[in-house]
Amino acid sequence: MMEWETVIGLEIHTQLATQSKIFSGAPTAYGAPPNSQACAVDLGLPGVLPVLNKEVVNMAIKFGLAIEAQIAPRSIFARKNYFYPDLPKGYQISQYELPIVEQGKLAIRLEDGSEKIIGVTRAHLEEDAGKSLHEDYHGMTGIDLNRAGTPLLEIVSEPDMRSAEEAVAYMKKIHALVRYLGISDGNMQEGSFRCDANVSVRPRGQIEFGTRSELKNINSFRFVERAINFEVERQIDLLEAGGEVIQETRLYDADRDETRSMRSKEEAMDYRYFPDPDLLPVEITSEHIESIRATLPELPEAKKDRFISDYGLKAEDAVILTASREMADYFEAVVESSGEAKLAANWVIGELAGYLNREDIAIGDSPITAGMLAGVIKRISDNTISGKIAKDVFDAMWNGEGDADTIIEQKGLKQITDTGELEAIVDKVIADNPEQVEQFRAGKEKVLGFFVGQCMKATGGKGNPAQLNQMLRDKLGK
Amino acid sequence: MSLDKSDVEKIAHLAQLGISEVDIPGYADNLSSILEMVEQMNAVDTAAVTPMAHPLDAVQPLREDRVTETDQRERFQAVAPSVDDGLYLVPRVVE
Amino acid sequence: MHDKTLAELARDLNSGTYSSEELTRHYLERIASHDSQLNSYITAATDAALVRARAADEQRAAGEAGPLTGIPLAHKDIFCTDGLKTSCGSKMLDNFIAPYDATVVSRLNEAGMVTLGKTNMDEFAMGSSNETSFYGPVKNPWDTGTVPGGSSGGSAAAVAARLAPAATGTDTGGSIRQPAALCGVTGLKPTYGRVSRYGMIAFASSLDQAGPLTQTAEDAALLLNAMAGFDPRDSTSLDRAVPDYSAGLGADLTGLKIGLIKEHFDPGLDGGVADAVDAALAEYKKLGAEVVEISLPNTHLSVPAYYVVAPAECSSNLSRFDGVRFGYRCENPTDLADLYKRSRGEAFGPEVKRRIMVGTYALSAGYYDAYYIKAQQARRLIRDDFVRAFESVDVIMGPTAPSPAFKLGEKADDPITMYLSDIYTIAANLAGLPAMSVPAGFVNNLPVGLQIIGNYFDEARLLNVAHRYQEVTDWHQRIPSGFE
Repeated sequence: MMEWETVIGLEIHTQLATQSKIFSGAPTAYGAPPNSQACAVDLGLPGVLPVLNKEVVNMAIKFGLAIEAQIAPRSIFARKNYFYPDLPKGYQISQYELPIVEQGKLAIRLEDGSEKIIGVTRAHLEEDAGKSLHEDYHGMTGIDLNRAGTPLLEIVSEPDMRSAEEAVAYMKKIHALVRYLGISDGNMQEGSFRCDANVSVRPRGQIEFGTRSELKNINSFRFVERAINFEVERQIDLLEAGGEVIQETRLYDADRDETRSMRSKEEAMDYRYFPDPDLLPVEITSEHIESIRATLPELPEAKKDRFISDYGLKAEDAVILTASREMADYFEAVVESSGEAKLAANWVIGELAGYLNREDIAIGDSPITAGMLAGVIKRISDNTISGKIAKDVFDAMWNGEGDADTIIEQKGLKQITDTGELEAIVDKVIADNPEQVEQFRAGKEKVLGFFVGQCMKATGGKGNPAQLNQMLRDKLGK
Repeated sequence: MSLDKSDVEKIAHLAQLGISEVDIPGYADNLSSILEMVEQMNAVDTAAVTPMAHPLDAVQPLREDRVTETDQRERFQAVAPSVDDGLYLVPRVVE
Repeated sequence: MHDKTLAELARDLNSGTYSSEELTRHYLERIASHDSQLNSYITAATDAALVRARAADEQRAAGEAGPLTGIPLAHKDIFCTDGLKTSCGSKMLDNFIAPYDATVVSRLNEAGMVTLGKTNMDEFAMGSSNETSFYGPVKNPWDTGTVPGGSSGGSAAAVAARLAPAATGTDTGGSIRQPAALCGVTGLKPTYGRVSRYGMIAFASSLDQAGPLTQTAEDAALLLNAMAGFDPRDSTSLDRAVPDYSAGLGADLTGLKIGLIKEHFDPGLDGGVADAVDAALAEYKKLGAEVVEISLPNTHLSVPAYYVVAPAECSSNLSRFDGVRFGYRCENPTDLADLYKRSRGEAFGPEVKRRIMVGTYALSAGYYDAYYIKAQQARRLIRDDFVRAFESVDVIMGPTAPSPAFKLGEKADDPITMYLSDIYTIAANLAGLPAMSVPAGFVNNLPVGLQIIGNYFDEARLLNVAHRYQEVTDWHQRIPSGFE
């Protein structure tokens, strides 16, 4: 049985979060009535001309700096010529020979905790196309050109990934990065962040790449993984049956979980790229690059290192907390108002992440704000409630019952600190469990946990475990 | 370069130009003679010459990222051959 | 009034000799009575023109008139005009009413000028005889059996026949200068980037430039003052101060160094045209100029390089004419490919199709380097020749066209012969230099043009050099018989 190696390169298209389009002053907002945001330039009406949006260039520079890439001092826009109804001019303005960003790199972290560097060949600017709506309009297809001219940064990786898991890790990393940088909303449902995957397989040890297929327009992390896995299996089956992989564009069908050849684009395209004569070379000075560098936010790596050194977090926790800018910001807000970094980390990674995952809610939409979570944490650290009770408080907050103090007050969850009351409970538990008392006195230390548990149960969770622990030791005579 | 019928058909297809069968030989002749004339360039060695895409050595001006265009769909679609519900209509596209 | 220049009309309007409305009505009547002989207009603006003329008269009454207020002119039908049909000489746009003005049009409107109508032109500006127009050929007012030149043939013929006191044109390979020469009017192609291309339907974006066709250089200066300048809607327009082109007119030419292009006196040049150019140079010597022979050794590459660059750009520029959002759409398309192929096949004429195909071929895989890149390299050699020449001369002169107007139909079936009509004008477009054609005599009762090429952004000098010549000659004042 031959052992196969998978080779994957990704082309990620991310819409840049500008107010206006890349070459026109039309708005870029999502979801407007059809063709209400397509101006004469976006429609390719006769005689109109493109003028480049400054912010688009600055965003590309930001991205380039964040992946330690070369920012081209001179880049060129070219025309990619083909006919399609969602492409109004009959060509797409893109960058071909001289892209704005070249040769960057990015570290991804794998399941086993190891790190891998993925090369970014280039990132270039281009305009998005419109949309074809295939519902039946009197047997016709409807064309909405609102999206036409929306700025895109196409990020092309080296074929450095060796599994679907690596591809997903890379895609997630880029996704987090563009959001960190504030250059894209990364909204995958709305198509702001989508990817094409070039997939091939080769016998392990072979140096040459196998023939690749290009999987088009995948718009979720899960689909990338499934599409690649399906495609790898398809190619291996094909090769093992003595067949050959042909270079082609394939479409991932999420409903059927399969990829299939795109027949309409089967014929070889000849895009006739040439420099767009309506646009001049874009020149970027090193002074300008430095001025952009000065505006860069703290990036995930630097943030992770700071979380470790400033807050004393474990590396794996710091990685999780910096995976998205929103989560990192949330965590830091909790720390700031609670003063408890480790507790904050545990709660954000544990309880909060669990609830968010379970209900598929983004951290930005969490019903428990950072301030509310800090409120619970403060009550843990000042011994008002135990960690166990805190979970009940958290659940109540999640269900909209108010902030921590309100819930603690209303439900009477405050810890029992009255020594007399606790003493009575401790005495009763000792009296009720003579067998365990014997065991403890015989040196079985672990039994103490049993006693604490029984006492906590008797207090309805409102005892302070540390305090009970001490009292039990005293009473049990050791 | 002398072009034959199939060359002309290929080019016309790339350019999405409908050309009637009877006109193809004429186009093949015309295009061949134009290309022959153009190939006079080959007499000059340009190996060391940087291609010039633009007459002026100017740099792309950049516009501020501001919305300056308002919705003019009505006006723009007044000149469109086929629209419905604000959409431009084309024959069914099969993906 | 129609024998007057813009400068004279401005004086008369100011002194109240006649109103803009009277003047506009006079031109509209001339168009109605005379243009059937020429076919120089595609659309006359009649009512809209009179409305604007009355507005101009009111402006003048309010003391707010500028130098061009109330003066009529015609626009080549390549410039988008809000609310007025803009056909570009093509069946493709026969039904196209532009929803905006080209920057050139809006600037001249702001200057108070009155649009008389839209002039005929070669389809999408591709042609040198005005015979490729969907609206039929334009005839040369000097001999209606001959062509007016192209592609701005309607503008040149209208100005020559005094059916407009001035007109706009565009010049991609000689489309202002060659018809100006053939019709005996003054035409200026400014430096590439001097005038905005916004709203001017693109033929070849790196070559196209708008300019005026007028009776005199003085009028060309007046129009250029209003037309020129940076436009934030055109990335290739230059953000550079616009001088007052009228201010320098009349300056002494003593010591002016004129370079005469050796290569343009080739066997293809008509003897009568050569004589007219020689005579013009003699006038310049009398004005104190010095004439030296110069060589542009790569000038023979101009036509070959042009017929790669221009078709390549046009093949892409004309892709937007696909029958989807505007323009011609074929009847009952069966599918998408049918929609594209029949709409484009039925609405583009043969010359447009030829150029689209040449350009498509030159850009296609496997041929890009041999044609497109090679042409871009030749283009640099051609420009470098000029840069070198301008180190030793102030302006460059030669014939505008190799012969006077030729017979209608004479070259229509032979693209290559037709292309050679622009053999002397194309180089200035490839280099991006400003260039003019001024009337410089007659051969067999047909006008001859002298071409004057200037250095980058040296339009003011160019206009003065032309103006001084027009002070000592009267070729530009001749009016073809039947149009006096």
